[in-house]
Amino acid sequence: MPHSRRLQHALLNLGVVALLALVLYWAEQRAGEYQIRLLNNAAIFITLAISYNLINGICGQLHLGPNAFVTIGAYTSALLTLSPAEKELTFLITPLIWPLNQISTSFLVSLVAGGLMAVIFAFLTGFPVLRVRGDYLAIVTLGFGEVVRVLANNLQWLTNGPLGLKGLYPYTNLWWSWGVAVLALVVITGLVNSAYGRAMQAIREDETAARAIGIDPFRHLMLAFLVSAFFFGVAGGLLAHLITTISPTLFTFFLTFNLLIIIVIGGLGSNTGAVLGAVLFTYGSEVLRAVEEPITFWGLKLPGIPGMRMVIFSLALLLVIIFARQGLLGRREFSWDGCQRYLKRLTRGLV
Amino acid sequence: MDFATFLQQLINGLSLGSLYALIAIGYTMVYGILRLINFAHGDLLMVAAYTGLFGIGMFSLPWTVACALALGLTGVMGVLLERGAYRPLRRAPRISLLISAIAASFFLENLALVLLGGRPRAFPVPPLMAGAIKLDGLFIPRLSLWTPTITLVLLGVLFLIVYRTRVGIAMRAIARDLETTRLMGINVDRLIALTFLMGSVLAGAGGLLWAMRYPQVNPYLGIMPGLKAFIAAVLGGIGNLAGAVLGGLLLGVLEILIVAFFPAWAGYRDALAFGLLIVVLLFRPTGLLGEVLMEEKL
Repeated sequence: MPHSRRLQHALLNLGVVALLALVLYWAEQRAGEYQIRLLNNAAIFITLAISYNLINGICGQLHLGPNAFVTIGAYTSALLTLSPAEKELTFLITPLIWPLNQISTSFLVSLVAGGLMAVIFAFLTGFPVLRVRGDYLAIVTLGFGEVVRVLANNLQWLTNGPLGLKGLYPYTNLWWSWGVAVLALVVITGLVNSAYGRAMQAIREDETAARAIGIDPFRHLMLAFLVSAFFFGVAGGLLAHLITTISPTLFTFFLTFNLLIIIVIGGLGSNTGAVLGAVLFTYGSEVLRAVEEPITFWGLKLPGIPGMRMVIFSLALLLVIIFARQGLLGRREFSWDGCQRYLKRLTRGLV
Repeated sequence: MDFATFLQQLINGLSLGSLYALIAIGYTMVYGILRLINFAHGDLLMVAAYTGLFGIGMFSLPWTVACALALGLTGVMGVLLERGAYRPLRRAPRISLLISAIAASFFLENLALVLLGGRPRAFPVPPLMAGAIKLDGLFIPRLSLWTPTITLVLLGVLFLIVYRTRVGIAMRAIARDLETTRLMGINVDRLIALTFLMGSVLAGAGGLLWAMRYPQVNPYLGIMPGLKAFIAAVLGGIGNLAGAVLGGLLLGVLEILIVAFFPAWAGYRDALAFGLLIVVLLFRPTGLLGEVLMEEKL
C-alpha cells in the first residue's frame, strides 16, 4: 500500500474514533439511563465477539469456554477494586485470604489484572486444550467453564462461594466500555492482518498443509488463545463493574452461546461481522423483549411468554447455520478501499 | 469405613455408572459414524423424563405404558433431530455441524422451558422401583438394583443387533468408511437414522431411570448427565461400544467412591469428570479401549 494511502486510512480511522467519541459524549449528556446501558452492553459484546471470533472464525477452532475467562476476569477485577472494609463485610462465612483482604487498586489496574489472570489460566489450560482438535477441543473448553464454576462455588476464601461479591462500585461507563472495544478491535484486526493472522487462517483451512510450510499450529493457536483470553478477562472486569454484583452462576455457558450466535450471524471469520452481530444482538434482544411481555394487539390481549426470546435465538442460529452458513458478511471485512470502490461505482451510476 | 458401607457405595456407584453407560452408548454410536458430538443427546433424557412424568402423572397411564411411550417418543425425537439439524450439514465444515448440534440442544431446552415451565416437578417413581431392601445390614435402594439390570438387558439387545445382524454389519461398515459403504449399495442415510433411533431409545431409558434416581424433572435435566456420559465415552475410547460401558461404570464408581471417602470434596464432584477428561486426553487420547480413531479425521 502506498504511503499516502496508508496515511489517508489512518486519518479516516481517527475520524471515525473522533466521531464515536462525539456520539458517546452526546449520549452521556443527553441519553437516558436505558440507552446508556444498551450502549455499554453493545461495547462489551463487541469486545467479547471479536475476541471470540479470533479463535472460532480466524483459527477455526470451536472454543466453548469464554465464559470461564470472563468469570476469572470478573472475580479478579472485583476483588481488586473492593475496599478492605467492604471485603470484610462481604466475606462473612470464610474471611478472604491475605493479601487480597488488604489491597485495593484503581479500576484500570484491576481491569489489566483481570485480563492477565485470564491469560495465565489460558496459558495453563492451553497445553491440554490445544493438543486436541474439533469436538474434543469443544468439550474440553466447555468442561473448563464448568470447572471454573465449581471452583467459584467452592473456594469460599477467594470467591465468597455461592453468595458472590456484592456492592461493586459502578466504574464501567461509556468511555471505559467503548475504549476497551476500540482497543480490542485495533489489536485483533492488527493481529489478523499480520503474518501471525495469516498463519492462523492457514491452520483453519488445512492444518496439515500449514504444517508442511513450516507453521507451528500449537504456537499460533496459543497466541490466539491468549490474546482472546486477555480481552475476555478485561470484559469480565467491565461487566462486573457494570452489573455491580457477581456470583458463580452469572457467566454460564449461556453467555458463550450468545457469543456464538453473534459471530455466526455476523459471519464466522469476519471482524466486521462480529461487530455488526454484537450490535444487532444487543438491540435485537431488546426488540424481542416484546414477545415476553403481554401485548394488546388490535384489542386482543396476548399474554407474554417468558423465555421465548431464547427459543427464537436458538432457532435463528440453527436456521442460519443450516441455510446461510456464511451469515451476514461471510468472511468479508470493511475496508476504506472497499468503500472507495463502492462510492465510485455509485457515482458512476449517477453521472 | 467398614466393608458393608463400601459395598453399599460400590453398588450405588455401579448403578450410577450403568446409567452413564446407557447414555454414553448413544454418544459413542453417533461419534463412531458421524464423528460428531451429538450435543442434544443429553436433552433427549429430558424429553423422556417429561413424557414419563406427564404419562403417569397427568394422564394416569399405567407406568409401563407411559415408559414405553417415552422410549418411543425419544426415539422419534432422535431421528427428527438427525433429519433437521445434522443431515442438511453432512458436507459442511465440521465447525458448522457442531454449532448446529449446540443450537439444537439449546432449542430443545428453551422450548421445554417455554412449554412446560422452569419449575422442577416431582417424578412419580413406580412402586416396583421405590423403596429399598435391607440385606445383612446393607441398605440398598431397589432402583440401584433395577438400573444395572435394565442396562444389562438393553445392552445385550444392542450388542446382538450390532454384532449379529446384517444391519449391525452395515453400521460397523459405516463407522469404518462411510463413502465406501455407500458405494456398496447401502442406504447410508437410513442406517444413520437407525443409529440415532437406537441411541435415542437408550437415552430415553437413561432419562427415565435418571428421573427416578433424582426425581426432580426440569428442562435442564439432561445437560450434566449428557456431558458426563460423553466423557465416559471418551474415557472408554470413543466409537467403541464396550469402551463406553467400561467408561460409564468407571466414572460412576469413581464419582460415588470419592464423595464417600472424602466428603469434604463433595462440592468438586462435577469437576471430577472434566479433570479426568483432561488427563485422558493428555496421556491416552484414544481412551482405554479405543483404536486410533482421532488422527484419521483430524
